[in-house]
Amino acid sequence: MNILKSLANRERVFDFLVPAHSPVDVRHGPILYLEDVNVSFDGFKAINDLNLTIDDGELRCIIGPNGAGKTTMMDIITGKTRPGIGSVWFGSRHDLLTLNEPEIASLGIGRKFQKPTVFEALTVFENLELAMAADKRVLPTLIARLTGEGRDRIEEVLATIGLVELRYATAGTLSHGQKQWLEIGMLLMQRPRLLLVDEPVAGMTEQEMERTAELLTGLAGKGKQSVVVVEHDMGFVRSIARTVTVLHQGSVLAEGSMDTVSNDPKVIEVYLGAEEEAA
Amino acid sequence: MWLTRPFSERSTRLFLSVLLAALALVTLLNLAVPAGHPLHVSTYAVTLLGKYLSYALLAVAVDLVWGYLGILSLGHGAFFALGGYAMGMYLMRQIGDRGTYGDPVLPDFMVFLDWDSLPWYWLGFDMPGFAFLMVLLAPGLLALVFGFLAFRSRVTGVYLSIITQAMTFALMLAFFRNEMGFGGNNGLTDFRELLGFDLRSDGTRLGLFLATGIALALGYVLCRAIVASKLGRVSVACRDAEARTRFLGYRVERFQLFVFVVSAMLAGVAGALYVPQVGIINPGEFSPIFSIEVVLWVALGGRATLYGAVIGALLVNYAKTVFTGVMPDAWLFALGGMFVLVTVFLPRGIAGLLSLRPWRRASHTATTQPTTGESTA
Repeated sequence: MNILKSLANRERVFDFLVPAHSPVDVRHGPILYLEDVNVSFDGFKAINDLNLTIDDGELRCIIGPNGAGKTTMMDIITGKTRPGIGSVWFGSRHDLLTLNEPEIASLGIGRKFQKPTVFEALTVFENLELAMAADKRVLPTLIARLTGEGRDRIEEVLATIGLVELRYATAGTLSHGQKQWLEIGMLLMQRPRLLLVDEPVAGMTEQEMERTAELLTGLAGKGKQSVVVVEHDMGFVRSIARTVTVLHQGSVLAEGSMDTVSNDPKVIEVYLGAEEEAA
Repeated sequence: MWLTRPFSERSTRLFLSVLLAALALVTLLNLAVPAGHPLHVSTYAVTLLGKYLSYALLAVAVDLVWGYLGILSLGHGAFFALGGYAMGMYLMRQIGDRGTYGDPVLPDFMVFLDWDSLPWYWLGFDMPGFAFLMVLLAPGLLALVFGFLAFRSRVTGVYLSIITQAMTFALMLAFFRNEMGFGGNNGLTDFRELLGFDLRSDGTRLGLFLATGIALALGYVLCRAIVASKLGRVSVACRDAEARTRFLGYRVERFQLFVFVVSAMLAGVAGALYVPQVGIINPGEFSPIFSIEVVLWVALGGRATLYGAVIGALLVNYAKTVFTGVMPDAWLFALGGMFVLVTVFLPRGIAGLLSLRPWRRASHTATTQPTTGESTA
C-alpha cells in the first residue's frame, strides 16, 4: 500500500533518476528549504514547526537566545540529527533527510563548528589539503598525489583567509582567530554551495572580528557560496547582515533587515530585552 | 609511487642504514670471529636478537594504529599469536612421521588425544605457500571482522581498548582448550625444519635472524609509506578530531579499518618469524598482559615515530633478559619504574630525547618546510 502511495506521489524523484552527485538545482531560487520541521528530545521540543528558506548566494544571520534551537537546526541540515516530522531540501533536487553526514558534506554543505576544530598536529597547508574536494575513499587516498591544480587551489584559499605566510606552521600553534579562519578555509576547499558558520567571532579580538566580517561578506554571492551565520554578538551581526532571522523556542519569531528585526516588539521582549537586562 | 616515498626521508634512510649495518655486523661477528673470542656473537645471542627484532616489528605495527590512528589496541598480541600459530601449524606438519608417535599425518598431540583424522582447518598447512598466506590472512580476517563491528558502531577510546583486551583473553581461553585442536595448554612445539632447513642448525638460525631483520625493514618502510601518504594525514586527522574528519567527507571507519587490518597483518608476520626462533607457540602469547607490555614498549620508545617503537621494543626486551637473569622477582618493578620515569621525564619517549639534541633540532627545523612540500607533492 505504501509502495503504491509513493508511486502515485508525483513530486517524488526516483532514486535511479537522480545521477549520483548531481549538481544542486537552484533554478527556483532557494538553496536551502526547511518546512514544518519538528525535533524533540525526550519530550522537549527543540525545534517546533520551523520554516526557513535561504536563497542562493545569500548571507543570512540567525540569532536567538540560548536554547532557541540554532545548533539543533545546523545539526538537522548536516544530517547529525534526524527530525521527527518535516522536510529539508537542498536546492530543489536533494532531500537531505535521506542522506547521511558524509553524503551531505560531499553535496556541498560545509559546517564550521563553534569551537575551532582544526587538525592541530598537521600544518596549515596539510589541513587545507585534507579538506580539498577529492576522491575520499581509502585506496585513492593512499595513492593520492597533490596536483598542480590542487596546489593552486590551496594557495588561493590561503590568500583568501590571509594565512599565506603561515602555510607550514603547525595548526596547533595558530592563534584562536587564525584557527577560525583556517577552519573557514577548510570549508572553502570543498567548494561548498552552502556554508554553515556557528559563532565565528566568539572569543575574537576587535581586529580579528573585522577581518572575519570582511571574509564572510566576501564569500557570499550569486554563483559563489550562500552563507548562514549563527552568532550571538549583535555588533558583528549588524556589521555583516543583510537579512536576519530570529529563532525562539524552535521556530522563527521574526525575519527581515537588522533594523526591522531589532524594532520588532516580540523580538525585543524575548531576546534583545533579555540581553539588555543581563547587560 | 607512494611506496617509494619513504626513501626520500632522512629519518627512514638513517633507520634503514643503522638496521642493515647492525644485521651485517652481527652476521660478521657470528661467522667470521672464532668462538671464544670476546667479540664473538654466539648463535644463542643471534636467536635472541632475532626474537627482539620480531618484537620490534610487532611494536611498529602497534605504533601504526596507536601513534597515527589513535586506536589504543591492547589486543595486538592476538594477531601476533595467530600469525605464530599459522607458522606453527606449518612447522608441525613438516615434522611428518618423525614425531614421538610416528604418525605420518597427525601431530603428536592429536594422536595423544585419540583423534583419527586431521581437523578441516589443519588442511593445507603442509604447503608453505598456503601457510604463509594464512600468516597474513588469519590475523587480517580477525582484524577485519573485529574492526568492522567496532568501528562501524563508533566504539573508540577506552571502550575499544577494553574490547581488544577481551578479544585476546577470549582467544587465550579458547586456545587453552584441547578440543580446539591447537595443542591446548602445551601449544605447538618440537619443530624440526622450515622449508627444508634444519631449525636447530646455526645457519638456519642466522638466516631466520636476517629474515626477521629484513621483515622489520620492509614493515617499517610500509608503515612510513602509509604515514607519509595522504591516508597517513587522514589517520592523524581521525586521531585528533574524528568528528571533524567525518564532516570533511572521509568515511572514518573505513580508514580505521584499513590501517587496523594492515597493522594486524604486520603483527601476524612478526609472530610467524618469532615462532621458529623460540621453537614454541602456546596460548600464553594471547595473554592480555603481553599485549599491554607491547604498548609499554611503544610508549617508552616514543609514540608516533615508528623508530621509537623499535628502540622501545629492543631496549625493554634486552632489559628484561638481563633483569630476569639477575633478579627475576624485580623485573616487573623495573618495568613499572621505567614506565613511570619515562612518562614523567620523557613524555615523548626515548625518541623524543633524540630530537631534543640541539644539533639535531637545528637541522630538523631547517628541513621541515621542504620535506613537507615534498611529501605532499
